[in-house]
Amino acid sequence: MKARVLVRPKAGILDPQGAAVERALPALGFEGVRDVRVGRLIELEVADPARLEEMCERLLANPLIEDYEVLLEGAGG
Amino acid sequence: MKFGVISFPGSCDDSDALSACRRVGEAVQLWHADHDLAGVDAVVVPGGFSYGDYLRAGAIARFAPIMNEVIEFARAGGYVMGICNGFQVCCEAGLLPGALLTNVSRRFVFRQVRVRVLGEPTAFTGTLERGAELSIPVKHTTGRYFAPRATLARLHAAGQVVLSYAPGENPNGSLDDIAGVVNEAGNVFGLMPHPEHAVDELTGSTDGLSLFASLAAAAAA
Repeated sequence: MKARVLVRPKAGILDPQGAAVERALPALGFEGVRDVRVGRLIELEVADPARLEEMCERLLANPLIEDYEVLLEGAGG
Repeated sequence: MKFGVISFPGSCDDSDALSACRRVGEAVQLWHADHDLAGVDAVVVPGGFSYGDYLRAGAIARFAPIMNEVIEFARAGGYVMGICNGFQVCCEAGLLPGALLTNVSRRFVFRQVRVRVLGEPTAFTGTLERGAELSIPVKHTTGRYFAPRATLARLHAAGQVVLSYAPGENPNGSLDDIAGVVNEAGNVFGLMPHPEHAVDELTGSTDGLSLFASLAAAAAA
């Protein structure tokens, strides 16, 4: 099954990459943008989607600093 | 007293770490795919870009075969010092609290910094006075120490913050100017500055040597 894992910096943790993007947008004329956070998208094909949670906990994300969300294809993701 | 210095694919400070260790004891290189620690008394997890820093710095190295031995060694009270990338690896492996994030500047920083020795003497700072300042270089992009506030409070209270950047010297936005921490048992130490690059007058400072000498003394005791 195809799956996507979204990994984001946890709320409250300073995200300098997001801040840089937020500062760059007005320079291009895109006003009114706030709270930019830059994360990571991991696409994968898995035999057993039930193990995705454990994969996220152990490797794909660092739960201390990142939140993750698992999206399965065909499950509205 | 014998040190072991791990080489992962992408480590680049392993040879400097070996040479620093050899100024205060014996040292051997340990290979990432090895399954034993060759009877060493202390392990150094060196700096560099293990496994290309893919995913997150230290995230892949943490699962290298040798790390199973290092984790077991540390849990049994063995001394482990993680420098820079080695600090990141130790945090990812759960040997040390917290995590290292991208520098607030998003830039690679490479400069000499002054760091202060804090707290009660540890195996890594035993030969140093409290409040002593060391001049040691940093060189990293992912060095911003982070831990949840409750964890930080616990670390401070337990004296686990053993190295901090001197006022005005914080190069990366680390919370509370933290440059190095030990685990609760005091046998695992992680730090972002590179003491192995400050062991010879040729590079301007020999202050880093004191950390290796302290560890050698503790391991020999």
